[in-house]
Formats: sequence, structure tokens, C-alpha cells
Amino acid sequence: MTASAPMAAPGAGSNASTAAFRRVAESKTFAILVVVLAIIAIWYAFTVYLNAPWQLDTYRRDGQEWTAMQLARDTMAQERPVLPSPHQVVAEIWKTTVDVRPSSKRSLVYHGWITLSSTLLGFVIGTALGILLAVSIVHNRAMDKSVMPWVIASQTIPILAIAPMIIVVLNAIGLSGLLPKALISTYLSFFPVVVGMVKGFRSPEAIQLDLMRTYNASTSQTFWKLRWPSALPYLFTSMKVAVAISLVGAIVGEMPTGAVAGLGARLLAGSYYGQTVQIWAALFAAAAMAAVLVALVGIGQRLALARMGARP
Amino acid sequence: MSMQASPSPQGGGERNARASVVEASGLGLTFQTNDGPVQALSNVDLAIGKGEFVSFIGPSGCGKTTFLRVIADLESPTSGTVRVNGMSPEEARRKRAYGYVFQAAGLYPWRTIERNVALPLEIMGYPKQEQRERIKRTLDLVNLTGFEKKYPWQLSGGMQQRASIARALAFDADLLLMDEPFGALDEIVRDHLNEQLLELWKRTDKTICFVTHSIPEAVYLSTRIVVMSPRPGRVTDVIESTLPRERPLGIRESPEFLAIAHRVREGLRAGHSYE
Repeated sequence: MTASAPMAAPGAGSNASTAAFRRVAESKTFAILVVVLAIIAIWYAFTVYLNAPWQLDTYRRDGQEWTAMQLARDTMAQERPVLPSPHQVVAEIWKTTVDVRPSSKRSLVYHGWITLSSTLLGFVIGTALGILLAVSIVHNRAMDKSVMPWVIASQTIPILAIAPMIIVVLNAIGLSGLLPKALISTYLSFFPVVVGMVKGFRSPEAIQLDLMRTYNASTSQTFWKLRWPSALPYLFTSMKVAVAISLVGAIVGEMPTGAVAGLGARLLAGSYYGQTVQIWAALFAAAAMAAVLVALVGIGQRLALARMGARP
Repeated sequence: MSMQASPSPQGGGERNARASVVEASGLGLTFQTNDGPVQALSNVDLAIGKGEFVSFIGPSGCGKTTFLRVIADLESPTSGTVRVNGMSPEEARRKRAYGYVFQAAGLYPWRTIERNVALPLEIMGYPKQEQRERIKRTLDLVNLTGFEKKYPWQLSGGMQQRASIARALAFDADLLLMDEPFGALDEIVRDHLNEQLLELWKRTDKTICFVTHSIPEAVYLSTRIVVMSPRPGRVTDVIESTLPRERPLGIRESPEFLAIAHRVREGLRAGHSYE
């Protein structure tokens, strides 16, 4: 955007160039870039600072002379650093996504796919469950009084504590593989959907409900023609939270349950063997995946609301 | 462009003579609030004949909106009876005997104007072809032809309110209940819509109950004006209009008009005398 803005015409003088400069400085891209660069700079500084003790130890043991330059270079190239440097993480991600076959156990794509599939399954079930619960809560006073406290209570239990239980119990009744893990995602993701959709289904104004009453509309007509379309903006907002939290659920579900594949398993294996670079690479893969998922829901939201005649 | 209203024996010529469209006797409604009971309506007796245009005027809290809502079965009276087309309000509502126009247009923002007008028709299960005809006819009636595909936010406030009137007219109920439909609009738009509403009333021979707190509006539109006062909400005066059915906007400067307006004002003042 900023680059395509009419650049200072030759000879337009310094005024035009300061204006162009200001436009660049005020642009969103520029702001993001500055923040990213700052984070990377701070990260590098901490890489040197945190990895230096071990490096100095090594120098002392080897009786080796060292310069500041060399220290900086070595702290950024350790095999098991306290904090790997950004380029090590990038190299690891590159190596495990591009250089290795996606079907290989060493491929991040392979592990990412395992996690993604259970994330998506859990998210879909969670969203459906959340909508169903919200529908019954809005239409039934008893449900409203009795279910909502349980829904809230369910979220106060640490997921780390309950995840192994879910896996064990489901295994005992013959369910294994993708579903138990997905159900942990479901456990987390139905919550924002319930809360958001209860609010959404109740968002029509009193006169809109009165209007339906004057038409002698049935409950289901009122639901499909009024409550559901009114709730759609709320649905997408809660789905954004739900999809991100589903991913967290899937990763957490892979950690304490002895899973052998998935980003969670990758994180766990990394921490067993002190492979910090591997851990950070998996973390970044998870973060990128979350960002993409949330962005996809956002695109769906924009498309759906545009079809509903939202103001552009 | 006529409304092919359902055939009625009265034909609209004579009023008050036949069975009333709305008949209230000893009607009372008390709301229970945190500050104790509030008498919104007390002992209201009123009969509205077919083809009448009745305005309800009074300060806020006088129960004029509540009365309309009781007719529409949106509130239940706590004493007395009210009959709509000879039925209880609930039966009348189930038979879709009336169209209700609210203070705010309340159009669904996700529906185009024609889809908004289609809403009651969809709910009442009209076939698609008839829906199209009715949408065309009612939008024409409120002068919104050409705006079918627009979304509500693309229309001015006055046009939105006209669309909501079209929505209330679409299913051809003989009774139209209007709760301060033009209250939020500016004077000029309001004049214009008043004129259009009279035109529409003449063409369709509907019975209209119209809540307002504008004296000129009430006098200009009505065949009868019901003056109400608050605490408790009650009817203090019912004024028969002597104005002809044909009413150009200029009639509002005529002595006859001013005389009626004066009487309405007196009635409103009397209701306030205890203050």
C-alpha cells in the first residue's frame, strides 16, 4: 500500500518526501515490521546472554582463548542451547518441513498434520456441541438454570489433569486413536461457543421478538428467521477463540498421554532429550498453525457477513 | 392500484354501526414493578368500528402504547375484556388479524427490503408466486418501488419506516396497529408520510389504530381522537373529527382543524390538572 503510494515526484521538494516518509512511518506494515525486528534483536541479545555461561565454561575447560565476536558466534550455534537463536529455529523448521519427506517421523509436516486433524475434529464437535447447548439453554428455563453452572465448572478443571483420564476411560470402552484426543479439544472449544451463542441467540431486540409474535410465528420459525441470523456474528467470534483453544487442547492432549506423534509429542520428546531447537521449532509451527486457523475463520466470517448484506 | 382487500359486508361506507373491530370494556392492566403496582390502564371502554382511523394521544405513561399492545396480545389485561373482530386478542393474533408497526422500523439488517416484506409471508406460508405479487403491490403502495434489492442501512429513516409499514400491510390484515411510527422522524418527512398514510387508508379501507403524541398529527389523520392521561392510564376524552375524508395538508390551517386541535389540547391539559 505504502510503496504504491505516489512517491515524491522528482523535484517536488523535501515537503513531498517528508510526506511520503510519514506515510510509510504511519503504515501498519511498518509498525509490524518494527515490532518484529525489535523482538528478533532482543531474542539475539538473550541468546548470547543465556547461553554464555555454558560456553564460557567450555572455553575454560578447553583452556581456549576467546574474543567477544567468537563468543557471540558460538552461543548462537550450540547444539543444546538454553535459548536457540532465531536462525537456528528457522533452519530447524526448514530442515524438518522442506528437506524431509512429509511422511517421515522426523517431519514437522507429519506431526503438524496429526495435531491439525485432531484439532479440526475436536473443533467441529465442540462447535456443534456448543451450539446445541446454547439452543437448549435459550429455549428451556430448566436448562438455563442447570446447565450453565456445569459448563462454567467444566472449565475450572485443569485440562492437564483431566486429559489422561479421558484417554484412559475412552480406551477402556474401545475408543482410541484420533477421537479421544479430539475430545480434549472439544472439551475446551465448546465453552466459548456456548457462551457466545447464548448471547447471540438472545441478541434480537424486544420489538423483533414481538414482531414474530404478532405473526404468530412458531418457535422454530423465530429461531431460523431471527435468532440464528442474529447470532451469526457471535458464532464467528467465538469460533475464532474456539479454534485456537482446540489447537491448545490437541497439543496438551498429546503430552501427558504417551502419544508418539503430533506437535505435543514432538515438544515432549524435545524436552526429554534437551532438544531445545526442536521444541522451539514445534512451538513456532503450532503458533503459525493457530494463526492460519484463526485467519481462516476470519475469512469465513467476512464471506458470511458480506452475504448477509453487512455494510462494506 | 387498489388493495383487493378481503371482501367485507360493510364496504367501509358506514362506521360504528356494525360489529366493532376492537371493543374494550372495563379494561384494566396493572404492572407489578419493584416500586409496587403501576396502573397502566384503568377502566377503558372503547369501541372502534370498521374503517375508522383512531388516534391515541397523551403524555408518556398514559397507557396508549399498552392499549395497543393489549389489542395485539402482546400484553394481557388484568381486568375487563377486549374483543378483536369478536374474538379474544389471542385468537385474533393466531388468525393474523392485524399488522403491527413499531416505533422503530425494526427491519432485519441481513434481509433486503423485499425480503423484509416477505418475512411475514414466509412465516404464514404464502406460495412463492403470491409472495412476489404481494411484495410488488405493497412496496408500490408505500412508494418504495425500485428499492427492492437494497439493504435497510442503504435507506433513510423515513424509507425504512415505510418499508416496515409495507411489511405490516403485506398479508392484508384489515386492522393496522401503529405505535408512534413516525415519532423519530423529522417534521417534513413526517408530514409527507402522514399524507401517504391517509392516501393508503382511503385506498385500502383498513381500520387503523395510531398512537402519537403530536396533536397536529392526530387531528390531521384521524376520524376519532382518543385523549388519554396517566397515573392511572385512562381515557379522558374521545373527539369525533368533523374534517372531511379528503384532507390536503393545507387543511391544517383551517379554523375547523384548529378548533379540533384546541379541544385535544384542552383535553390533554385537563388530564394534567393535578400537577
